Amino acid sequence: MTEESNTLDGVLAREWKESFEEIYEGAVDEENPPVKLFEKAYDGAVIATSYAEILLNQALRRYGPDHPVAYPDTGYYLPVIRALSGEAVTKLGELPPILNRMRNQVREELTFYNARLCGEATAYAAEIIEALRYLDGVRPHVEPWTGFLGDPVVRRYGILLVDWTIPGQAVIVGKAKSTEALAELVTKLQGMGFMIFLTYEVVEQAIEAGLKLGIDFIAFPTGNFTQVIHAVNYALRAGMAFGGIPPGERENTRDYQRRRVRAFVLQLGESDEVQVAAHFAAIFLGFPVILDHELPEDEQIPNWYVSHPNYDDMIQVAMEIRGIKLKIVDIPVPITVGPAFEGEVIRRGDMQIEFGGGRTPAFELVEMVGEDEIEDGKIEVIGPEIDDVEEGGALPLGIVCKVFGRKMQRDFEGVLERRFHYLINYGEGIWHMAQRDTIWMRISKDAAAKGFKIHHFGELLVAKLKDEFPSIVDRVQVTLYTDEEKVKEQLARAREIYAARDERLKGLTDEAVDVFYSCILCQSFAPNHCCVVTPERLGLCGAVSWLDAKATYEIDPTGPCRPIAKEGLIDEEKGIWESINEYVYLNTNRTIEECSMYSFMDRPMTSCGCFECIMAILPEANGVMITTREYPGDTPCGMTFSTLAGTVGGGIQTPGFMGHGRAYVLSRKFIRADGGLARLVWMPKELKEFLGDELRQRAEEEGLGADFVDKIADETVGITAEEILPFLEEKGHPALTMDPLM
Amino acid sequence: MSKEKKKVDNKRTVDPAALEVLERNDGQIETAYDRYVQMQPQCNFGRTGVCCRICLQGPCRITKKASKGICGAHDYTIVARNLIRAINGGAGAHADHGRHIIYTLIEMLEGRTLDYNIEDPAKLRRVAQNIGLTVEGKEERELLKEVLEVAMSDFTKISDEPCRWLEATVTEGRMKKFTDCNIQPRSVHTTISETMGQTHMGVDADPVNLIFQGLKTALADYIGMHIATDLSDILFGTPKPVTSEANFGVIDPEMVNIVLHGHNPLLSEMVVRAAREMKAEAEAVGAKGIKCMGVCCTGNEVLMRQGVPLLTNFLSQELPIMTGAIDAMVVDVQCIMPGIRAVAECYHTRIITTLSHSKIPGSYHVEFTEDQAMEKAREIINLALEAYKERIPDRIDIPQMKHKVTAGFSTEAVLDIFAAVNPDNPIKVLTDAIDAGQLRGVVLLAGCNNLRVLHDQSHAAVIKGLAANDVFMVATGCVAGTAAKLGLMNDEAVEKYAGEGLKAFIHKLDEANAGKLNDKLPLVFHMGSCVDNSRAYDLNTLMANEWGIDTPKVPYAASAPEAMSEKAVSIGSWCVTLGMPTHVGVTPEITGSALVDGVVLQIAHDVYGGYFIWEEDPEKSVDVILAALDERTWKLRVHRQAQERYETATISAGW
Repeated sequence: MTEESNTLDGVLAREWKESFEEIYEGAVDEENPPVKLFEKAYDGAVIATSYAEILLNQALRRYGPDHPVAYPDTGYYLPVIRALSGEAVTKLGELPPILNRMRNQVREELTFYNARLCGEATAYAAEIIEALRYLDGVRPHVEPWTGFLGDPVVRRYGILLVDWTIPGQAVIVGKAKSTEALAELVTKLQGMGFMIFLTYEVVEQAIEAGLKLGIDFIAFPTGNFTQVIHAVNYALRAGMAFGGIPPGERENTRDYQRRRVRAFVLQLGESDEVQVAAHFAAIFLGFPVILDHELPEDEQIPNWYVSHPNYDDMIQVAMEIRGIKLKIVDIPVPITVGPAFEGEVIRRGDMQIEFGGGRTPAFELVEMVGEDEIEDGKIEVIGPEIDDVEEGGALPLGIVCKVFGRKMQRDFEGVLERRFHYLINYGEGIWHMAQRDTIWMRISKDAAAKGFKIHHFGELLVAKLKDEFPSIVDRVQVTLYTDEEKVKEQLARAREIYAARDERLKGLTDEAVDVFYSCILCQSFAPNHCCVVTPERLGLCGAVSWLDAKATYEIDPTGPCRPIAKEGLIDEEKGIWESINEYVYLNTNRTIEECSMYSFMDRPMTSCGCFECIMAILPEANGVMITTREYPGDTPCGMTFSTLAGTVGGGIQTPGFMGHGRAYVLSRKFIRADGGLARLVWMPKELKEFLGDELRQRAEEEGLGADFVDKIADETVGITAEEILPFLEEKGHPALTMDPLM
Repeated sequence: MSKEKKKVDNKRTVDPAALEVLERNDGQIETAYDRYVQMQPQCNFGRTGVCCRICLQGPCRITKKASKGICGAHDYTIVARNLIRAINGGAGAHADHGRHIIYTLIEMLEGRTLDYNIEDPAKLRRVAQNIGLTVEGKEERELLKEVLEVAMSDFTKISDEPCRWLEATVTEGRMKKFTDCNIQPRSVHTTISETMGQTHMGVDADPVNLIFQGLKTALADYIGMHIATDLSDILFGTPKPVTSEANFGVIDPEMVNIVLHGHNPLLSEMVVRAAREMKAEAEAVGAKGIKCMGVCCTGNEVLMRQGVPLLTNFLSQELPIMTGAIDAMVVDVQCIMPGIRAVAECYHTRIITTLSHSKIPGSYHVEFTEDQAMEKAREIINLALEAYKERIPDRIDIPQMKHKVTAGFSTEAVLDIFAAVNPDNPIKVLTDAIDAGQLRGVVLLAGCNNLRVLHDQSHAAVIKGLAANDVFMVATGCVAGTAAKLGLMNDEAVEKYAGEGLKAFIHKLDEANAGKLNDKLPLVFHMGSCVDNSRAYDLNTLMANEWGIDTPKVPYAASAPEAMSEKAVSIGSWCVTLGMPTHVGVTPEITGSALVDGVVLQIAHDVYGGYFIWEEDPEKSVDVILAALDERTWKLRVHRQAQERYETATISAGW
C-alpha cells in the first residue's frame, strides 16, 4: 500500500469506492447473467473507442499535438475527463494517452463490472469525438439543437438540478413510436419540471409537435449519436461546480451523480451496440435505463436496465426506479405549471393581453391581515375579465394578496411578494417582470385559448403561497383589480405601504441587529459551503436577504437558515466574530476556520457556485473588478466568468476572489475593510446600467462624487489591464492612489 | 435425424422466356439453376462470414466451442476482413475496367491505334472543367492529354491530397467527412493494394479500422468507376434516349446472331461497328445480316449508346445458347459464368474470350488489342459466320417474347429532359416534385441476379412497388436488364404501374419534351451498366446542392434486390459512404458478427449518413425503402420548420 493511499483522502476514496460499487450488488442473476447485453456493450465500446481513435489521430495529423482542444464557454476543460480522471486537457496531444487508458479497460470477459467499464470508456470516447467537432472554433449546431451546453447554462439550472427544485434529468434517446407519444412524454415531464435532454429523432418529433425546446425551457436537444454525452458533461460539471467534488475523484464523482443528479435514460426504439455501451455509461454513473421495446429477461438487469414498452406509465416507472418522488400541488388552472416555463418569453405577436409595463397602471401587494379580515381562498376580479378586451389589448391590474398566518410577520410581506415573479412565471403562457408598482405581465394567446382568465392568477397565488410557506401562511385571499379607477385608488395605498417598508429597511443595518443568519441551502450539493447573510450583505445568489433568511427560519426552524448571534467581536473593520467563525467551522465540515464579513482579501466568505457576480483583484490597478454570470466575455483579470467560477466555487477560500450578489455592490459594507466602493475599477456595462442611479447615490454617500461611476471602466473601454489603465489614469480613478491592496 | 435436402426447384425465374427454356430443357443440359440446387445446403460458416481462409493454418470458423480463430481473431475481425476483401475485389474489377479505357485513350493519343476517336468533345470539355482544368484555348487532344494525366494520378498517386474526381463530384460536406474520418483514398490502385496488405494475416484486427479501410476502398472504386464512365462517354459518346427491344424474342433465326457479354465497351463497340460493316459477308453465308445483342452489362453499354437490343441479364446468360440460334458469344470481363462453355458444347455456338486476363478452357480465344481493334472485331465476326453454317435447324427454338425498351439516360440526358420544364435550373424539376409531395423520392436500382432469390422476382416486385408509390427510379446493371426484359422500361409501363404522382411527373416531362424525343419516357430510367452507377450518384449530388444540404438528408436511396458480385458489395459500400440508405435483397456474408452487422446497419448512419438495410422479402423490401425515403422527407421538412421557427441562417447540418 502506498503512503498516499493512507491519507484521509485515500481512505475516503476507498470507502467511497467500496460503498459505491455496492449499489450494483445482487443486481445481476449470477446463474443467468445477461451475457448478450454485456457482449453488446463490449462491441459498442470497441466501436466507440476505435472510432474515437481514428478521428483523434487524424486530427493530430492535420492539426498537430499543440492544437488547442476545448468546448466553448467552459472552465471545466473536457468535463467528462476532468471529472472522472482529473486531466485538464487543453491540447490535442494530451488525448491519446487518455484514450489508450480507456481502450485498455475494454475487456473481453463478459461481466457486469466490465460492462460498466466499457460504458465509462464509451463516455470518454464520446467526449473526445465531440470535442473534435469543435476544433475549428465553429459551433456545429443551429438552434434548437444545442450540442455542448456552456457553463452559463450549467450555472443557470445546475443548482436547481442538484437541490432537486428540478426533480430530475430525463435523457430521452432514439425515436418514439409516434410524434404524439413523444409529445405526451415530454409534456408530462415538463409539467413536473424535469430537465430534459433529447438525442436522435426524438428531437425532430419534439419540433414537429411544436414543443417548447431550448435553454429557456430546460429542454435541450443535444443532437445525434455521441452528442448524448452533453447530457453527461452537463451533469458532471454540476458535481464539480456545486458538489465541491475535486476533479478526478472518480468514485466521489459517481457517488455525487448517483445521489444528487437524479437522471435516468429513456431509450425509445431499438438500440444499436454503441447505444448499449452508452447505456452502461449511464449505469456506471448510477443512472438507470428504461427501454420501450420488449427485451427477454436475460437481456435486462432489474432496477438498472428495464424493458417497459407501455408509454402510459413509463415516466412513473422511471421515477420509481430512480427514487424520485414529487409533491404534486394541484392548481385549478387550465395551463401547465412548472419551472420549465420560467424562462418563457411572450412576444407581442403571441400575446392575448398585457398589464402594466408602463402601458397601464399595475402593481402587486402582499398585506398581512388579521384573522377576521380575510376569507380564505376567496378570489375576486373587480373590473373587466380577459374576454372583455380585444386580442392584443391591455388592462390595468392591481393584485392585492391578503395573508393571514399565526407566525406571519409584517417583515415577510416583501419576502412573499417577491416570490410572485417566480410563481407566475412558472405558468405556461403567462409572463411576469419586475416588482411592486413596476410590474409588467402578459397572457399568451395559447394560454387564453386554453381558458386562462385573470381570475386564475389568484388560483395560482393561493395554491403556491400555501404550498411554499405552509408554516407562515394559513389563509390567502386575492383581489384582482382591473377597473382603472379602483386600481389607481389601490395603487396609492400600496405606495404608502412600500414607502413604510423601505423606511424600515433603511434602518436595517448590520449594527442594528443582534443576529445574522446562516444559509446552508446549497450544502445539498456544496457540502463545504456556508453563507452568512447579514442585513447589509445578501446571499451571493442574490435570492436570500436577511429578511428572507429570517422568514425561512420562521417557516422551518430546522431548515437551511439559522440565526447566529453576533458574539465575541474579533475585528470590527473586517467583520470577524468568534461566534460566526465557530458556526462556519462546524458547518463546513471543519474546513473553514475563520471568515470575514467585510473583506475579500483576507479570509473571504466561500462560495457554493450560485453567485451572481465574481469579484477579482486587479493588482495593476490596485483595485477590484467584477464580472457577472450574464457577461460572457473576457475581463481584465484574464479570465471569463466561467473560468473564474471554476476557481471560486465549491466552498473554497480564495483570497482576492469572491462570489457575491449584484445588490452587494450597493451595500455600505461592500468590501469595507479593503477600501470599499472606491476600489471598483471595472464591471460589465450591463451591471453598471442595472445598478444605475443607486450606484451614483452610493458613490456620493461615500464621498467619491456622482461622477465616480463614469471612472469605472467597462468592456467598451477594454478587456485587459493594459487597455483600461490609461482610462483610469485619465479619469483620475481613486483606486490608483489608495493604499496598496496587497 | 433425416438429412433430407430442402427441396429446391431448379426453375427459379419469373422471366417467362427464361422459364420456357428451362422447362423445355428440364435439366438435360446443366445450368446455374441446376447447380444451385445441387449446391444445397450451402455452408453456413461461409454464409455468415465467419470462415477465415487468410492463412494456411485455416480454415478457421467460429463456433460456440471455438469462439476465435487459431490466431485469436474475433468473429468481428474475420467478418470485417472478408467483407473488405470483397469490396476490394469489386474495386479491383472496376479499376481494371477503368485503367483499360485510360490505356486505350493514351494509345489513341500517341497514335498507336487508329480505330478510336474522341466521339464527344463536349463531354471532354465538361469533364475537364469539373476536375478543375483550364479549358479555354486548348485543342481537344491537348485537353484530353491533361484529363488523362489527372485520371492517371487519381489511379496511381501515393500522396495524400484528395483525388480530383472525388472532389469534383461530391458535396463539400462529404469531402469534409472523408477527411475527418481519414478515408480519403490516395488513389485507386494504392488503396486496393493497401487493403490487401491490411487484411493479410496478423495485420489489422480492429473491426472499425478495417471497415473504414473498406469504405476508403469503396470510394476508390467510385473514383475508378466515375473515370471509366466519363472516359467511355468521351470515347464513344454520352448516351441519349434511344428505343430498342429486349428479351429472347430479339433473336432473329434468319440473322447471324452475336451475343456481346461482359462489361467493357472497348471491345463491344468495335464488334457492333464491324457487324454493321460486314452485312455482305453474312449474306454470303446465307443469312440476312448480322444481329448483335447484349447480355449483362455489355448489353447495357451497347443498348445505351447504340440501341443494340438486350437479350438477357446475368443469371440467364447460359440460356440463349439453348435456343440453338446463337452463333457466337463474345465475352470480355466480369460476371461471365464459366458454365457457358459447357452449354455451348451441346450446340454450334462459339464462345470467344478476348482478354489476356479472362479466359475459359475450351473456348476460342481471340486476343483483343487496341492497335488491332477493328481487325480483331472482324476476326470475331468471321468466327460467328463460320458457326452460322453449322447451325442445326431442328434445334432452333426461340421463345417469342420481347418488349419495347427506352434507354440511354445519362445524367446529361436526364437534365436535358428536365431542362424542357425548367431551362435555368433543370434539377429543380426533380427537387420541386419531391417538395410538393408529387414524388416520394428517388431510388437507384442497381445490382445483379442471385439464385438465392427467384431470378428477377425481387427486381420486378421492387420496381412495381416503388412505381405505385410515386418513386422516381433510375437503374443500372442487371436490374435494368430485368426491367427491360419484363416490359417495365417503356411508356406502357408508366400507364400500367406508376402511381398518380409519378405518372403526372413523367407526363409533364413527356409534354415538355414533345417533338424533342422520339419516344415517350419510360417507368424506369436506364442509366447504364454497373460501372455507370456514378451517373446516378451525380444526380444525388445535384439534388443535395440544390437544396443546400448534404446527401444524407436527400430522400434518395439505393436498392440492389438481387445483389451477387463483389462489385455490388463495393458499390453498395460507397453508396452508404456517400450518404444513401442502401437496401440489399440478399443478406451478405456479415451476420456472423453482430458488431460488424450493427456498424453497417445502424452506426454507419450516425457517422456517414448512409446505411445498409437487409431485406430479402420483395414486398417488405418496398416497405423498407419507402420508409427510408419517408424518414428523410420528414426530417428535411422538420428541419426546415425548425429553421423558420428559430430563424437560423442555415438549416441543421444533422441527419
